[in-house]
Amino acid sequence: MIEAVKVEREGARPHGTYLDKRGLKSWLFTLDHKRIGLMYMAISILFFLVGGLFALIFRTELMFPGKQFLSPYAHNVLFTLHGAILIFMVIIPFIPAGFGNFFLPIMIGARDVAFPRLNLMSVWLFAIGGLLLLFSLLFGPIDTGWTFYTPYSANKGLNVFIVSLSVFILGMSSILTGLNFIVTVHKLRAPGMTWGRLPLFVWALYATSIVQVIATPVLGITLLLLGLENLFNIGFFDPRLGGDPVLFQHLFWFYSHPAVYLMILPAFGVVSDVISVHSRKHIFGYWFIAASSIAIAFIGFIVWGHHMFTAGMSPTADILFSFLTYFVAVPTAVKIFNWVATMYKGKIRFTAPMLYIIAFLIIFLVGGLTGLFLASLGTDIHLHDTYFVVAHFHYTMVGAAIFAIFAAAFHWLPKMFGRMYDERLAKIGWFFNFTGFMLTFAPQFILGMYGMPRRYWDYPAEFQPLHFVSTLGSYMIAIGVLLSLYVIFKAIKSGEKAPDNPWGGLSLEWQVPSPPPTENFVEEPVVQHGPYDFGKKGGH
Amino acid sequence: MERAVLEKHDHPHVDVGVSGMTFGMWIFLVTELLLFGGMFTVYAVFHSMHLADFKAAHHYINVNIGFINTLVLITSSFFMAMAVWATQTDRRKLANLFLSLVILLGLVFLFVKFTFEWPEKFAHGLYPGGPEIKHFLETGHPGKALFFSLYFVMTGFHALHVVVGVGILFVILLLSLKGRFGSHNYGAVEVSGLYWHLVDVIWIYLFPLFYLIK
Repeated sequence: MIEAVKVEREGARPHGTYLDKRGLKSWLFTLDHKRIGLMYMAISILFFLVGGLFALIFRTELMFPGKQFLSPYAHNVLFTLHGAILIFMVIIPFIPAGFGNFFLPIMIGARDVAFPRLNLMSVWLFAIGGLLLLFSLLFGPIDTGWTFYTPYSANKGLNVFIVSLSVFILGMSSILTGLNFIVTVHKLRAPGMTWGRLPLFVWALYATSIVQVIATPVLGITLLLLGLENLFNIGFFDPRLGGDPVLFQHLFWFYSHPAVYLMILPAFGVVSDVISVHSRKHIFGYWFIAASSIAIAFIGFIVWGHHMFTAGMSPTADILFSFLTYFVAVPTAVKIFNWVATMYKGKIRFTAPMLYIIAFLIIFLVGGLTGLFLASLGTDIHLHDTYFVVAHFHYTMVGAAIFAIFAAAFHWLPKMFGRMYDERLAKIGWFFNFTGFMLTFAPQFILGMYGMPRRYWDYPAEFQPLHFVSTLGSYMIAIGVLLSLYVIFKAIKSGEKAPDNPWGGLSLEWQVPSPPPTENFVEEPVVQHGPYDFGKKGGH
Repeated sequence: MERAVLEKHDHPHVDVGVSGMTFGMWIFLVTELLLFGGMFTVYAVFHSMHLADFKAAHHYINVNIGFINTLVLITSSFFMAMAVWATQTDRRKLANLFLSLVILLGLVFLFVKFTFEWPEKFAHGLYPGGPEIKHFLETGHPGKALFFSLYFVMTGFHALHVVVGVGILFVILLLSLKGRFGSHNYGAVEVSGLYWHLVDVIWIYLFPLFYLIK
């Protein structure tokens, strides 16, 4: 059905690369999607370190029961900022706005995204939103949790208003990126780049963009209303003024559940592309993987109520939301089976990106299956708001999304910078990340089942050993992350020169020079075959 | 100047054409509908919870002013459509005239709202936290208080969109006066028009929800 990629590339190599121009202005005012992607990633990495540091601090506090060095308020502030920063500044934007901006146009044979100026505005909004989030700290750091539930977040004043404004601006940035990608995929595909020849990463970004465009405005308005509520006596979510806190939860999760898929769908795209290239085998079930991304995007919109089983919805709504939530497992399982089937009888190379993908499959499987515990009403009553939930969403969002980010980073680093990384050190980093991750979060499932509530500053002494192990695990992650970042930056600075196509990939980004020239393609590419045809006629 | 040079030499030209621009704008309009959709949801919830209060609160709203502003916006939308047509058919002067009229009517809408309508409410203490609203809450009519919160928030966000729309159309008018648009290049006028129509359509829903509710 899908045949090999063959790009007609005539003529000489282009003179320069997109990295040639120097100086701050050449970055701040660039319209080049590759540079904009890199700026997104640079900002995200900074915030990633800050958000991770916060987690290390409160995990250290939680090593022993009782007070070590943090007040309860400081603890609440730290987990709030940890969540808000890592979700809004790292996990949501990193793959789509970072890698997506860099690779989506190249993968479909375009010279840039549809609206380059809008793209620049979007990265600016992203930076402004991030700065505003930090600026809010001056008005008393918020301790509401990243979910901003009322009444915790009501009557706080200016700080909640500024944070909600910041998230609104980050949301605008996200919307503009999604809008740009949808139009780009529809309008700028190169001749011969049919929908059936799109790399699955592009399909995943397309599904993500749909979610960004449809869900984000609702979060935007919800948080603006919350912000206004803190400045004026509007009262939509305040029972004293006739409002309803549960209404806030509905509006919040109408975005924030689909947002979970904003975090994971792009990661699915990375897995599909990396697993096929590093197994040297055609992706198994191309259309099933593509369609399941779209299916997850849509089903994701009708399951938000499962965050509120204990918030006092009607039993009918509970049962419906529970049933619909099970439904998400179907397209997700389709993907897992297809990835494993892709590896089956492939020529697997255990490179760093592939190791991250294998870790992804294991972690995501655990994360996904524990989701079913939470989807069923009976068990959720017991597990709701415990460490079990914390472990579950860290398995899906951190384990899966962050591991996919590392996989993408090592997979595409040679293309982005034309340099190879140190494979041995990268694997050591992987070992620390994977082991550390398991040590940190596996005990939290057990803690949750014993009844350890999330977001608590103190706990009974019998929970201490598991908390201790969890904190040790988080230190291992810290070592793994720092080591991996070191490997990446060392490669960028002084790595060995990388060939144009070190992995033998067949999608378009591997057919252009490393690093790519500003205009991506010297001549407009004509695509004659699909992206995953390893070993077939016309393939490599 | 600098930007033009930059584009010419360092940035490959990307052109998605009028169809790409309108496609992008339609997606943006979807996000706008969802933004207001959140507020309409809040309205629907409180409307069903406090039906009697909502009906009673409507008597405080000045229907005549709302009606005038509805006429103003609908007329402006008509001129907007004419401006797009005039641009497409290279009637430059006519296009400039129509664009100016749209901007003028947008300003009239804002003038009426902020010099007659809102100040009247404030004078009567009918604003969130105001004396009359406190009275509603004390006498067990939270629905009336919520009605006015919704009134200010929803018409406020709508007015903000009118301000943005007037700003965009002002830039379009300046470019149009410079002769940048015509049958070969009318995408920017067309998509600004789409945005303006959306602002109009949202008002068409706000008008009955606040002024005509019975």
